[in-house]
Amino acid sequence: MTALPRWLDIGVLPVVNLALAFLAAAVVVALVGEDPLEVFGVLLQGAFAPGALGYTLYYATNFVFTGLAAALAFQARLFNIGAEGQAMLGGLGIAFVCLSFEAVLPGPLVVILAIAAAALFGAAWAVVPGWLQAYRGSHIVITTIMFNFLASGLMVWLLSGPIMRPGQGSPQTRLFGEAVQLPALHDLARGLGFEAARSPLNLSFLFALLACAAVWVLIWRTKFGYALRAIGHSEEAARYAGIPVRRAVVVAMALSGALAGCMALNEILGVQHKLVLNFSAGYGFTGIAVALMGRNHPAGILAASLLFGALFQGGAELNFEFETITHELALVIQGLVILFSGALAYMFTPWLARLLLSRSAARA
Amino acid sequence: MALDGGPEQAGHPAVRLRGVTKRFGAVLANDDVDLDIPQGAIHGIIGENGAGKSTLASIIYGLYAPDRGSMEIDGEAAPVRSPADAIARGVGMVHQHFMLVPTFTVLENIMLGMEGGFLLGQGEADIRARLASLSRQHGLEVDPDALVDDLPVGLRQRVEILRALFRGARILILDEPTGVLTPDETDQLFTILRGIRDAGGTVVLITHKLREVMAVCGTVSVMRHGRMVGRRETAETNTAELAELMVGRTVGQAERPAQSVVGTPVLRGAGLTWRSPGGTLRLREVGLELRAGEILAVAGVSGNGQSELLDLLSGLSGVQEGHVEFAGRRIDAAHPATPAEMRALGLAHVPEDRQRRGLVLPFEARENAVLGRPEKAGPGPWTSAAAMQAHAEPLFARFDIRPPDPKLPAAGFSGGNQQKIVLAREFDTVPAVLLLGQPTRGVDIGTVETIHAEVLALKERGSAILLVSTELDEILALADRIMVMNGGRVAGTVPAAGATARQLGLMMTGAGDGAAA
Ligand SMILES: Nc1ncnc2c1ncn2[C@@H]1O[C@H](COP(=O)(O)OP(=O)(O)OP(=O)(O)O)[C@@H](O)[C@H]1O
Ligand SMILES: [Mg+2]
Repeated sequence: MTALPRWLDIGVLPVVNLALAFLAAAVVVALVGEDPLEVFGVLLQGAFAPGALGYTLYYATNFVFTGLAAALAFQARLFNIGAEGQAMLGGLGIAFVCLSFEAVLPGPLVVILAIAAAALFGAAWAVVPGWLQAYRGSHIVITTIMFNFLASGLMVWLLSGPIMRPGQGSPQTRLFGEAVQLPALHDLARGLGFEAARSPLNLSFLFALLACAAVWVLIWRTKFGYALRAIGHSEEAARYAGIPVRRAVVVAMALSGALAGCMALNEILGVQHKLVLNFSAGYGFTGIAVALMGRNHPAGILAASLLFGALFQGGAELNFEFETITHELALVIQGLVILFSGALAYMFTPWLARLLLSRSAARA
Repeated sequence: MALDGGPEQAGHPAVRLRGVTKRFGAVLANDDVDLDIPQGAIHGIIGENGAGKSTLASIIYGLYAPDRGSMEIDGEAAPVRSPADAIARGVGMVHQHFMLVPTFTVLENIMLGMEGGFLLGQGEADIRARLASLSRQHGLEVDPDALVDDLPVGLRQRVEILRALFRGARILILDEPTGVLTPDETDQLFTILRGIRDAGGTVVLITHKLREVMAVCGTVSVMRHGRMVGRRETAETNTAELAELMVGRTVGQAERPAQSVVGTPVLRGAGLTWRSPGGTLRLREVGLELRAGEILAVAGVSGNGQSELLDLLSGLSGVQEGHVEFAGRRIDAAHPATPAEMRALGLAHVPEDRQRRGLVLPFEARENAVLGRPEKAGPGPWTSAAAMQAHAEPLFARFDIRPPDPKLPAAGFSGGNQQKIVLAREFDTVPAVLLLGQPTRGVDIGTVETIHAEVLALKERGSAILLVSTELDEILALADRIMVMNGGRVAGTVPAAGATARQLGLMMTGAGDGAAA
């Protein structure tokens, strides 16, 4: 395979892929009889208009957490397909802390405990498959998928019984108190004297940015990150170097699960203020595509998350504006982006290399 | 370039290159190379590590596209854009690192990727018959139903050659084929290559061993720093001249110091028996003693337990029976030691397989320079690019690693320079025990001299060294004592002084016996 210089791989290739995805989407849109330019206009408007930007960033927050979760595990060549279940467990941790302690402890302390619980519960749910892979040889793809089903079943059971809101028949807990919610950013902005449109965007967006920085430091500036990358490239070499491979695998899965669990900060602690069924809504799976598109790099993941957030938010807008474009068509557009930027990410590598590199070589 | 003006062949040369240039980033791997490879001959290509030999071979085989220059095969100038093109034009290549599927049989490996697939039993029978006749014709006997994983390296290489011939190769390129072979296997390979030549085929042999060039090649081209610097008929030259052409200076033998005082035992192993996960007995009752300031060499046909012994002593595989005593610790099945613990006790290890084990190829060279030495990577739990750079720079200087840029990924260095990265890292401290697996495999003669000098310097400074090598010359040049292994057993240990290649060869095949030393 032809290797591309970094600037091409990171800078040019994603843009080419994205352009192609939109080209394909334009064909689809034209086929259903709409004007692609108009549709994309609405999409952009719907994603980035002043009132909409908050929603875009709110969706992006979910993608950042699940994308980082997939990327961190992937640095050690671990396919964590279980972000979905780990996120659910994170939500469970939050509900557990909030419902148990909100009456007895001060609000800010409960919030801190809830954050820790989200990470811890998510981590615990990922550690088991990690341990099974490291010490018993069960394949992590299989076990994490199974753990998604287990988590899903567990949530149904808990939410329709033990922790269901008393006196009501829907599968959710009661609302948490005001004191144990993550503040919305428009409220924070107002406190600082700015006026911002109402949106579900909350403090966890800042946590997501912090998580990006933390993951970057962990992977590229610590010895643990070095060990993970070594394992990812060559387990044999890692063993030779004296890296405790099994332990590192378990720790990597724990950290990955903790990140996935933190997705619940946004949804449960930030927006819903109660535990509901299926709040993870596929973000865990899409996170894998986000990581793929972001080349497993936090900066790339942030960019990919913004793109997916915009597609989510703008896609919802299409629904209202065009009769022929249903929610499903918006999904098709998202799917094309995933296809071209994720699965087919390297399809154009040789072509790009020939086009750009032979030129520069001829000049040299 | 006029240097390559060999006598004009009747008809076309098998391969003709003109002005071939290939650049990797800042490195000019091939610089305006002209080359004529005559039909029906064995042509050698020699040159220092990083001179650009593998790159040139890859260009002929269609793996790399040259930035500039032209190529003709059998007088035809059609472009070769991929190995598939090359194969179609009758070019075959045997890579230095084998490209076989270990879990497939010989036959399956040879059929792999052949048109038609093997849905039909008839097809398979055909292939089997063609393979048998090809094997007979070239003296390339292998059992077509053997699993490649079970074959010793020498036979695996035969499979590679067979596969290339099977695809109709008339021009066969071999990149450092003898690096992994024993002298016997090397002789057999040369018989095969001569057979191919006599049948009208053309062979390109890339090697670091000048003796081999003199033995089989009719003509030889010399590369230095990406350029063709000379071409000779082997009948009209000698190894000294070739060596000088290659490195640009005269090359000697590392000066061997007078026998130093034999030091105290540092590492002892006794009764070491080890089975592979599959249950095969690989080591039987091996006992050995490493003493400070002494080099114990392990000789043997590869696959007779040497690799397993290195794994066991380095902590990579657990002791099953017997025990190892090292630095006041007793290591046995109940008290295992990890590779990290062994390192902490003062062990350094140059693994036999540098590409899979000794290096993380996508990592920068400076990151590789701290592999297994986390304390050099930065303070506390952090890594620091500056610290790694500061650690790597003197290592690069001391071992003359080229290109001298520790920021390049290890994968971008030539085979020999990769080996130097590993050696530089492991030789950095004066280890109590140094395990050396094939330290000069794929290394050019100038560098062999440097490495041998460094090994002897470590010995002088008191390291106990275990050297595993398939090069008898290397063993005779360095060792104080020689332990011969055969079938996982120690066939005997003899003092190096007075040992002869013949005596060792007999012991390696289980015919001779040695006195305990
Ligand atoms: N894929 C690559 N990417 C970047 N640089 C490369 C690559 N392959 C080779 N090089 C550089 O090109 C030069 C020539 O390398 P090449 O492998 O052809 O040398 P060689 O003569 O085969 O050496 P050796 O005897 O050590 O195998 C080296 O400096 C090497 O660092
Ligand atoms: Mg080479």
